Amino acid sequence: MPEKDNNIMDKIAASNKSVVTGIDEKDIEHWITISILGSEHKVPAGLTIMQAMEFAGYRFIRSCGCRAGFCGACTTVYRIEGDYRLKTAMACQTRVEDGMYLTQIPFTPAERATYDINKLSPGIEAFLTHYPEMLRCLGCNSCTKACPQDIDVMEYIAAGKRGDVALMAELSFDCIQCGLCAMRCPAELAQYNYAQLARRLYGKYETPLPEHLKKRVEEIEKGKYNEELDKLTKTGTEELKKIYVARDIEKE
Amino acid sequence: MAELKFIGGYPEYMRKLIDVVHKTRTKRKDYTPKAMTMKERDEVLKIHPDYAPGGKRALSIGLNKGDMTPNEVADLIEAYPLIQGNEVHLTKPDYTVDLLIIGGGLAGTSAAVWANDKGIAKDKILLVNKLRHGDANSIMAEGGTQAADRENDSPSRHFLDAIGGGHFTNKPDVLRKLVEDAPLIMKWLCDLGVMLDREEDGTFVEKSGGGTSRNRMHACKDYTGLEELRVIRDDFRNREIHYLEYNPVIEFLTDGNRVTGAVLYNLETGDYKIVQAKATILATGGFGRLHVRGFPTTNHYGATCDGVVLAYRVGAKLRDTDTVQYHPTGAAFPQQIIGLLLTEKLRSMGAQPVNKNGEAFVFPLEPRDVEAASFIQECYVKNKGVVTPTGMRGVWLDTPLIELKNGEGTIEKSFPGMYRMFKRFDLDMRKDPVLVFPTLHYQNGGVESDPQGKTNVDCLWVAGEVSGGVHGKNRLMGNSTLDCLVFGRRSGISAAEYLKSDAKHGRLTLDHMKNYVTMLKQAGINTTRKAPILLPDYRGKAVLARMIDVF
Repeated sequence: MPEKDNNIMDKIAASNKSVVTGIDEKDIEHWITISILGSEHKVPAGLTIMQAMEFAGYRFIRSCGCRAGFCGACTTVYRIEGDYRLKTAMACQTRVEDGMYLTQIPFTPAERATYDINKLSPGIEAFLTHYPEMLRCLGCNSCTKACPQDIDVMEYIAAGKRGDVALMAELSFDCIQCGLCAMRCPAELAQYNYAQLARRLYGKYETPLPEHLKKRVEEIEKGKYNEELDKLTKTGTEELKKIYVARDIEKE
Repeated sequence: MAELKFIGGYPEYMRKLIDVVHKTRTKRKDYTPKAMTMKERDEVLKIHPDYAPGGKRALSIGLNKGDMTPNEVADLIEAYPLIQGNEVHLTKPDYTVDLLIIGGGLAGTSAAVWANDKGIAKDKILLVNKLRHGDANSIMAEGGTQAADRENDSPSRHFLDAIGGGHFTNKPDVLRKLVEDAPLIMKWLCDLGVMLDREEDGTFVEKSGGGTSRNRMHACKDYTGLEELRVIRDDFRNREIHYLEYNPVIEFLTDGNRVTGAVLYNLETGDYKIVQAKATILATGGFGRLHVRGFPTTNHYGATCDGVVLAYRVGAKLRDTDTVQYHPTGAAFPQQIIGLLLTEKLRSMGAQPVNKNGEAFVFPLEPRDVEAASFIQECYVKNKGVVTPTGMRGVWLDTPLIELKNGEGTIEKSFPGMYRMFKRFDLDMRKDPVLVFPTLHYQNGGVESDPQGKTNVDCLWVAGEVSGGVHGKNRLMGNSTLDCLVFGRRSGISAAEYLKSDAKHGRLTLDHMKNYVTMLKQAGINTTRKAPILLPDYRGKAVLARMIDVF
């Protein structure tokens, strides 16, 4: 039987409660123990590291941005008790595990060059000029192991050393610039800044403006659509509705 | 309760329901439900959170008194300032600049770059950020940016699609600039070196979106906003324009009907700074973190409506504050990612919404409000949704169809971000469908402006999500990043032109704030609420209950 519309809204709100206002202790069935900056906390199983820290009472200013894996603000390093390996994660995209002990890295000090993209060309020279230290790469692969996006960082640095801007741009495309590669690098590189330069060089110089875009820009600058748009801007709602409904829809 | 047994990331009972989706896939592959008529759209919209009863009230003060607004927004507009006034000294500004830009997403960063391009010196511009430069909804935009640049398309068509999607409530003169500038913006992005998806012949890959009649969605895989923003920010940094992080504006400063500066609050050290500026561009984004009607959100941590609150206090006019955009496809499972965005581009590429019986029940690319309402209907009226272990209901988004229609490997290539997110929680969206439910996505309305981004308040421009009008009461996919880029540019240029016309600094006062407090009191608003709230609070209840303030 259909429900009253406002009951539906209440039901939706109730089902979302744990995400919106924080989880209720009485609803928690499984607990685990983690250590945040050296202090032990009991937290519900199944939360992300970020949600678990909030549950434990931390209110973020730093180390929290988009909360969805796009911004690289919540860089986290941790170990699991009994395991010698140092692991890396984005706190918003990683489930807490029992025995996890962690800290966050709120900022990455890393050298970044200032350049005019219009005066560079895509190739090794741009890197030799602005980031000559790139050649210091030892090939140890620490950067790749640290990358929470599973990017083959060492491979794109190798591509850069060969002047292969296209490959460097492609391999590094998913980079969220969290800085973990730079923090782990024994050769003291700031890989993610070099990758930014590579992608801009590739986008600007190796993928020319499509003809159809050039043509459209020219048309707009010459005022080709002025009359049409003037008219549409002044058309009343009822008439607009008719034109809207009558418009044809392109197949994919 | 015993632990649930998980198979491929899903509990056993959901796994059985997924089998139904698998079994019906071949049959659905070449079938698409018909798009709704205008009448059918209106009917289903009755169940959309914007139109379902409750949840809103009329504003009781200010220029928009009487306008219906979500309670969560009205609560902030009808709230007292964070400062009294006597604790801040206005006589010696810490920064004296020509142009103050508030917010470093796509809109604010573009505005800075264009103002600098038009001759405003790098040290005469100050960009302030609440969090880091780039922590914004922009960076999370996945699906794309619209621009009518193909032979069979035109800015006029783009105009029609947008105004129809907005239920004919968009501000026409502003919308016109959005569609007319779009191809120019694409050229600008290419010149800066943004890596837009290309076909083998070098033309753009362009897809459709909900409510578009032509394929004009330009994307950078599913990291469109990230790629656009990191490139423009790189350009901004190469220009060495001055910026501050963790310094939100908590109040404007005014001289009569003119904005003359702002009070900044350092989130880490707790001290304030005074900025004096001849012109100000407000680009603070939206309000997803208010969780309107209890919905989860796709928005970033700082999306708390600050800009609208501050602008309303100085007398800025708002519009279309009664509508909120719920994105149809927020993640509903697993628990860790509830509410996060699954881009509309998944449906552009063939993913189909499917109910628990394995039926395709809606045209996949209706405008967002219509699509969202139909999901709510399927789950809560027809009871054909899937219930998760935490009690959420959702419908399937049949993502394996994407591979079936476009070839194996398409998901990893076109949706690396989505694929990665699910993989982190042991789900494989190439092989299994994912569960979705509408999530709070976008602030449709906001501060009204003219086509240059100028507001009714002197020396105050707006750009991006904080503004209202261009999308009317519902925004189409691909028009938000475009909005930021177009009106970031326009406001930056317009402010630069104003500055070059021998603009002078004004007095720095908090008179508007005192007047606003008087208005609040006269309207009988007795509350301890303060705004802007700056950040949401998700701390555990048990900890909050025992918190004491001792230093």
